[in-house]
Amino acid sequence: MNSDESPILTLVWTFGLMSLFAVGGANAAIPEMHRVAVDVRHWMTDTQFADVFAISQMSPGPNVLIVTLIGYSVAGVAGALVATLAMCGPTAVLAYYVSRLLTRSSHSRWPAIIQAALVPLSIGLMGASGLVLALTSDRSWAAALVTAVSAVLVFATRLNPLWLLLAGGCLGFAGVIG
Amino acid sequence: MPPDSPPAAIPAPELPTSTPPGLIALFVAFAKMSLAGFGGVLVWARRGIVDQHRWMTADEFNETYALCHFLPGPNIVNLSVVFGSRFRGIPGGIAAFAGLVGPPVVIVTILAALYARFGEIDALRRILAGVSCAAVGLLISAVFRMMMPLIRRRDLVGLVVLLAVFTAIGLLRLPLSAVLLVAIPLSIAITFARHRRVTA
Repeated sequence: MNSDESPILTLVWTFGLMSLFAVGGANAAIPEMHRVAVDVRHWMTDTQFADVFAISQMSPGPNVLIVTLIGYSVAGVAGALVATLAMCGPTAVLAYYVSRLLTRSSHSRWPAIIQAALVPLSIGLMGASGLVLALTSDRSWAAALVTAVSAVLVFATRLNPLWLLLAGGCLGFAGVIG
Repeated sequence: MPPDSPPAAIPAPELPTSTPPGLIALFVAFAKMSLAGFGGVLVWARRGIVDQHRWMTADEFNETYALCHFLPGPNIVNLSVVFGSRFRGIPGGIAAFAGLVGPPVVIVTILAALYARFGEIDALRRILAGVSCAAVGLLISAVFRMMMPLIRRRDLVGLVVLLAVFTAIGLLRLPLSAVLLVAIPLSIAITFARHRRVTA
């Protein structure tokens, strides 16, 4: 790839394109973000990517803001803003036009078919996100155990997930995770 | 209402009582939902739009969300644009979008700057490592929760498609666009064929 290309431009087209392929939302695009940011562009290390994911989960707001953090690490505040707008803009415009189209002719059954077809795809993508993130975050048996326990607890109880993030942070601080 | 009543026969659903929101009201409402939404804004969006402001009925909200879920990109961002523009045209869409994304972007950018400056501190490294282990667990549990309906329905074809995408992206690490350009038409064709067999 062209290495003397402006990083801002790279952010624009990388995330602008990704936005249109992010079936199932921002969390489903995490493997692609990891592939681009760590493997292809070398914007950050594996560990930094895991950190950035952790920060985005601890922050308020939509999950998509992980791209704000990636953008910041590439090109500072301007990179943060550009990455965010590039990831949200194209799909927002698309959503606007599709919603106007559908309110006019809402008798088609195609929306239902397409939606049903996309459900298994987006779950598969989310599963891949889980795997990619587990491989970057869980570097020890203790770490993998924390992931497994938090997955089971959230699945089986109505516990507020924020408590688990807090507990994970405490365990990390105590040096249990290693 | 009975599920089999034809759409035309439905009387105008109880119209949301309050007047359509202005631009500032849209911005403020979405900013509040967004800042309340740790780990997902959807719950707060429903609470704000349906229960608190009564800008939409629960059914209208579900329909709008379903639309935004099948479009690519961050669902809740799509929702803000569709919702805002329904009341106030394009400026409304922009106001809702700015409310949803603006304030948290400021917070996250500050966190990013702090991380860039202090990210090497050992205690912070350990804390973030711990948080990220737990956060991965949350994501994995969300995946299983979404899989349950497929498993309950014994939807083998759906599960095979799911597994194929998981393998291509998660294990083989193929580019997303290439995988989707194959998987989306294929999955739509399969769904369409099964749909016809059911209705025929």
